[in-house]
Amino acid sequence: MTNQSDSDLGLGRVFWMTLKRDLLLSYRRRNDLVSPLVFFLMVATLFPLGVSPEPKFLSEVAAGVVWVAALLSTLLSMDSLFRTDFDDGSLEQMLLSPQPLALLVFAKICAHWMISGLPLTIMSPLLGVMLFLPNEGMGPLIITLLIGTPTLSLIGAIGAGLTVGLRKGGVLITLLVLPLYIPVLIFGTGAVQAASSGLPIAGYLAILGAILALGIVLAPIAVAASLRISVSS
Amino acid sequence: MYFNSFSELIDMGGHGLYVWACYGIALTILVFNIVSPLMAKKQFINELSRRLKRERRISDNNS
Amino acid sequence: MAITWKMPKWFYQMGSPRWFYDISSRLLPGFAIAAALLLVVGAVWGLAFAPPDYQQGNSFRIIYIHVPAAILAQSCYILMAMAGAVNLIWKMKVADMIAKSCAPIGATIAVLALATGAIWGKPIWGAWWVWDARLTSMLILLFLYIGVYTLYSSIENDINAGQAGAILALVGLVNIPIIKYSVDWWNTLHQPATFSVIEKPKMAPEMWMPLAVMVLGFYCFFAVALMLRTRTEILQREKRTGWVRQLVEEK
Repeated sequence: MTNQSDSDLGLGRVFWMTLKRDLLLSYRRRNDLVSPLVFFLMVATLFPLGVSPEPKFLSEVAAGVVWVAALLSTLLSMDSLFRTDFDDGSLEQMLLSPQPLALLVFAKICAHWMISGLPLTIMSPLLGVMLFLPNEGMGPLIITLLIGTPTLSLIGAIGAGLTVGLRKGGVLITLLVLPLYIPVLIFGTGAVQAASSGLPIAGYLAILGAILALGIVLAPIAVAASLRISVSS
Repeated sequence: MYFNSFSELIDMGGHGLYVWACYGIALTILVFNIVSPLMAKKQFINELSRRLKRERRISDNNS
Repeated sequence: MAITWKMPKWFYQMGSPRWFYDISSRLLPGFAIAAALLLVVGAVWGLAFAPPDYQQGNSFRIIYIHVPAAILAQSCYILMAMAGAVNLIWKMKVADMIAKSCAPIGATIAVLALATGAIWGKPIWGAWWVWDARLTSMLILLFLYIGVYTLYSSIENDINAGQAGAILALVGLVNIPIIKYSVDWWNTLHQPATFSVIEKPKMAPEMWMPLAVMVLGFYCFFAVALMLRTRTEILQREKRTGWVRQLVEEK
């Protein structure tokens, strides 16, 4: 951090510096970034193995399977959002700093999405191919994941903030956050399935976009509040 | 030689894209497995030699 | 793990990282030349001078990459598990470093086998991927590799990491026949009538000779890649010893 007095540090710069710091820290632990992606692939593999590899069956469930796998992978990676900062004390520093906590949190969530949700979205066509997703569904799959995974990161961060001090934090985040994920899942898979049948998806995308907008505005505030509670206890 | 011309070799009777994609991916992966440890070794040697030089300078200053 | 059988002297000598470093310096040029020669000759032979398949046409030529890669991916896992076992039983550092170096190489080769298998499938079956027994088993092998590699890199302490990784690799080794059996069984339940496994047709010598050359070439390449990676690992782990410092200062 620079030696400038805080009044010189504009909000934009604060956001940017926090984002860069998180990305740099993640880059230093590159190997950890791959685990959620491999988990994503493995979960998708379980369905043909556990149920049936028939293309007809798989193409019907492909949208849902990919979305559920993305959801679970995001949940898996949520614990790491605040854990390392909590362990080495930088989280407390963030709480004490005069910068708005919600902004710092928002920057961290953005960085987290860039290293988890975005790679998932990029990898999703591969899973779509393996699960025989119809071609008309591929584009909508990517678009809905692109809009949906940031929402998943935002909502998941609330869970991470509430459980940051706890030892069993990982599993608890899942319980807290899964019910909140359900609307995103429903509209995301609904859009892909509609597209596979040739129906228009603009309505679904509008709703997903609205949920994302709501999340961007409200989630950082909620996360900031939960962090203050968790760290002070 | 089962192909009559170079363009036939590239085309592979319509399967050219698949065959050459496979050989290309193979080349990339083989090269990666050679280059990656070599680069790691070079980076390690650079770091260690820098550290040794620093330690030598410090011990020379102290003695 | 305190079982120690009395082994001949050369066995323990092999456990010295410095010995491995020196001997690999002498072996590398030979293996590298052999690998390059075999791979180039095999590839050119397979691409241009071997006959195309009666049914599959020229896409058959992918076999010269896919089969060696699949064989190598499986052999590499066995080596990784065996080296890990040697480390567990005799606490041999070199075996540990070899096992650790096998993991990333094996994983990338498994990816190669999967990618070429999928690409080969497209002109034959019309689909980029099918859940057939062989490809699915290779995918699970890739997952095993990734698990072992992740475990090796997650644990800070080198000795603990080596033991944990070795145990995981051995558990996987025992599991591989079970996995293969269950996947084969699962596949017969769901055998789609139109798909058939990538058949290796009764191959004439003009077809399997370049294949043999490529398999040998892949093995030589593996020896080179493994030696390179193990040497780097040795330098990193032995960086406090005199011979490594001397080596670095000479550069």
